[in-house]
Amino acid sequence: MKLELRGISKAFGSFYANKGIDLVVEDRQIHCLLGENGAGKSTLMNVLYGLYQPTEGEILVDDKPVEFSGPGDAMAAGIGMVHQHFMLIPVFTVAENVALGAEATKGAGVLDLEVTRRRIREISDRYGFHVDPDALVEDLPVGVQQRVEIIKALVREAKVLILDEPTAVLTPQETDELLEIMRQLKANGTSIVFISHKLREVKAVSDVITVIRRGEVVGSVEPSTDTTELANLMVGRAVQLSLQKAAAVPGEATFQVRDLSVIDESGTTTLDSVSFDIHQGEILAVAGVQGNGQTELTEAILGTQMVTGGSVKLQGKELTGRSVKSVLRSGVGFVPEDRSVHGLIPEFSIEENMILDLYDRPPFAKGLSMKLGEVKRNAAKQIQDFDVRTDNPLNPASSLSGGNQQKVVMARELSRPLKLFIASQPTRGVDVGSIEFLHRRIVAERDAGTPVMIVSTELDEVMELADRIAVLYKGKINGIVPAGTPREVLGLMMAGVSAEEAMEQHHTEGEDQ
Amino acid sequence: MTAQTLPTSVLPTRPAVPLKTPVFLTVIAVIVLVCFGLLGSSAAANFRLSTAGDAFVLPTLVFPGKASNLVIGVLLVLAAGYSWYRRKQGLVTQRWIVIVFAALFVLSFLIWVVSGANVTTISLAALLAGAVVLAVPLVFGSLSGVLCERSGVVNIAIEGQLLAGAFTAAIVASMTGNPFVGLVAAGLAGALVSLVLAVFSIKYLVNQIIVGVVLNVLVSGITGFLFTTVMQRDPDLFNSPGRLPIIEIPGLSSIPVIGPILFKQSVVGYLMYLAVFLVWFGLYKTRWGLRVRAVGEHPKAADTLGIKVNVMRFWNVTLGGIVAGIGGSFFTLVAIDSFTKEISGGRGFIALAAVIFGRWNPIGAFMAALLFGFADNLQVTLTIIGTPVPSQFMAMMPYLVTIFAVAGLVGRSRGPAAVGEPYTKE
Repeated sequence: MKLELRGISKAFGSFYANKGIDLVVEDRQIHCLLGENGAGKSTLMNVLYGLYQPTEGEILVDDKPVEFSGPGDAMAAGIGMVHQHFMLIPVFTVAENVALGAEATKGAGVLDLEVTRRRIREISDRYGFHVDPDALVEDLPVGVQQRVEIIKALVREAKVLILDEPTAVLTPQETDELLEIMRQLKANGTSIVFISHKLREVKAVSDVITVIRRGEVVGSVEPSTDTTELANLMVGRAVQLSLQKAAAVPGEATFQVRDLSVIDESGTTTLDSVSFDIHQGEILAVAGVQGNGQTELTEAILGTQMVTGGSVKLQGKELTGRSVKSVLRSGVGFVPEDRSVHGLIPEFSIEENMILDLYDRPPFAKGLSMKLGEVKRNAAKQIQDFDVRTDNPLNPASSLSGGNQQKVVMARELSRPLKLFIASQPTRGVDVGSIEFLHRRIVAERDAGTPVMIVSTELDEVMELADRIAVLYKGKINGIVPAGTPREVLGLMMAGVSAEEAMEQHHTEGEDQ
Repeated sequence: MTAQTLPTSVLPTRPAVPLKTPVFLTVIAVIVLVCFGLLGSSAAANFRLSTAGDAFVLPTLVFPGKASNLVIGVLLVLAAGYSWYRRKQGLVTQRWIVIVFAALFVLSFLIWVVSGANVTTISLAALLAGAVVLAVPLVFGSLSGVLCERSGVVNIAIEGQLLAGAFTAAIVASMTGNPFVGLVAAGLAGALVSLVLAVFSIKYLVNQIIVGVVLNVLVSGITGFLFTTVMQRDPDLFNSPGRLPIIEIPGLSSIPVIGPILFKQSVVGYLMYLAVFLVWFGLYKTRWGLRVRAVGEHPKAADTLGIKVNVMRFWNVTLGGIVAGIGGSFFTLVAIDSFTKEISGGRGFIALAAVIFGRWNPIGAFMAALLFGFADNLQVTLTIIGTPVPSQFMAMMPYLVTIFAVAGLVGRSRGPAAVGEPYTKE
């Protein structure tokens, strides 16, 4: 099936998320949409899937114009979509999720899930998905949930499959498996629109790459195009893909975590006897697939998560069992993983957000009164230093783009003398330009002699920043390895293989080639 | 750069399993052992199982007061101890243990209160049958709650829907002289209240709780006003609806204990059983139910599959209103044959508790409503036999049960994920 978008524009108020986009997806083609976060890729796909109505332009299926008033119409036309955030109902079984909206019935509206189960097994066998139709979705690993999403589309006989940032939540191995599945789907006659900002994957699997920047198509290129050129096209200026940082000069190990454990409300051990040290002037990156205890680890250190055992020591002083305020006061800078929920108060002004954890002490407070002049001065200085793009520090933080919001959080946390700096997902949803900037700031903090802990699910980021890499798997540290460990080894470790075995496997594979 | 060996300071293990259950079980166990057992009356408590019209007679159950309660008390103490042990292992107490514990507590309470009363015999059969009757409006109310909340709309207005149903049933039945017409009208009145809830909360995105609360006050005001200005002027014309007949199924209705419960009910009573089954079957076995639950859990996912979220919610809320309205007719067409101000007496809120207690499942809500009905009827029965406990305390019992239920003593109940959140596309 051939799919064509002609002059699609989508405006939200006066802001154009998409502007005059032309795109042709040929039959049996893997067409990649490359663009930064916020470039308008997802908006475009939501238009294509009938979730948004285009402000201008038309959609053609096999050269015939069509109009989608909702996802139902798009599905009927043979378009399926796997959303970035899965559209699965956690408390439903796989079969129920797949059936939903296209239920087989025994007549009179009584469900016939057996028909759906059979279809799931069929597709699952054909592509080697290994999906149990009766498993509860919330119990499945994300990689399998993604396959359920693909099954959902295939059951509805999708001829064009849209995959929106499908690799964001996968381990490198799972990513490779997904790329293989995409090739199989293509061989079986399905066209794929693959949305991503990860150059490596895009180059590996695409037939055509269309680059989108600020809502407009800036070029269509062959997958053989050089990586740097692709990156430049995507960002719109020359970017340095690698951070040129000096080697670490580690000092004393002033931050020590010993046997830290967390058991959550349901009795699951989410953090299992985690121990590590961080030296002054060193960055320890904690790698791992999302949901392997990263959140619990950072929150346990900060004190927002109850620990069941173990100790956390900063310069010899115990941090567990203390209030969050007291932990912050002892010199811990903390950038939470979800800035809009835990890092900022979106309704507060930028000025106020700059002092969220400093408001009650000098120079911002004196007795019961706040020194508003000082607050203003501080904001002006931080906005300057961190290049926060805003025309007024009194604007609410929610008016800023993701990258600028993150700069505000980072500016606040780095604005006081630190003895430990923790940043969780420091560049999630941040544009490439800001990533570079934020990374430099983190390295600068390291060079000032602060122990730094970075938690990231982006392997690229981990490899970029780390002086040492700790891999978390199912709440345990699955080995601490030096920077420069090959990506494949880290990938295996993220999937639970021990460091030694991963190294060995890597070496044998190297010899085979 | 591996970790050097350091003197590890290990903190005392901090609780992951909440203290709530073991503490509560211990307190109850001690109360039973000391107050009901050691300090209880040694007279025997008699529970009659048969009533006059039964086909055959079951023996009366006799419990020696003090002895029985000492035995039960020891059992409960053991169970509480086990709960502490489980917690120490880092595990929560199993649900069935809590349920058995609660059942034993109720039994022990009954033995204590009856053995210490002026009359030491009560009819268990009548107690249960009465409980079911009192539970009828609660069941309808909670089904309304289940229907709305499963689709993602909080229905605080159950009380208002019951009251509107009760009032409309009374006035329409009086004017037409036919209680069945009143029954239908009650359903429509409930639907009308629901429509207001649906329009404001789904179309205009007003906070669902606020709309619900306002509706309760509104319905109470309107019915109160019409009661004094219209009904009381001419009670014969406007407030004498007559009762729905009690339909006995011959033979079956004279089985002891269960006969009167299942086979000697008004139309509303039979409708209740039917409604529980239909809502359960509908929600879990049909296409409609799958979609309703999807809309309540993850409306966006449902939307991406072409399901019209707000249309679905709109009709569900309306259907909920009809169900609650019919439940309201129980007050004026079955319980007594006239309307008075605030006749629903807060039962809509108890029904709301039954929804949560029953974990948003129609069968669970039905069971919870029965439990509340039982507490309610127990109070009436115990007042009659003259217990040492003041009747005011007995009257508080249903509400106490509700608080404990809602506080989540029987495990945490997880409602539909998207309940209370209006759905809008960006």
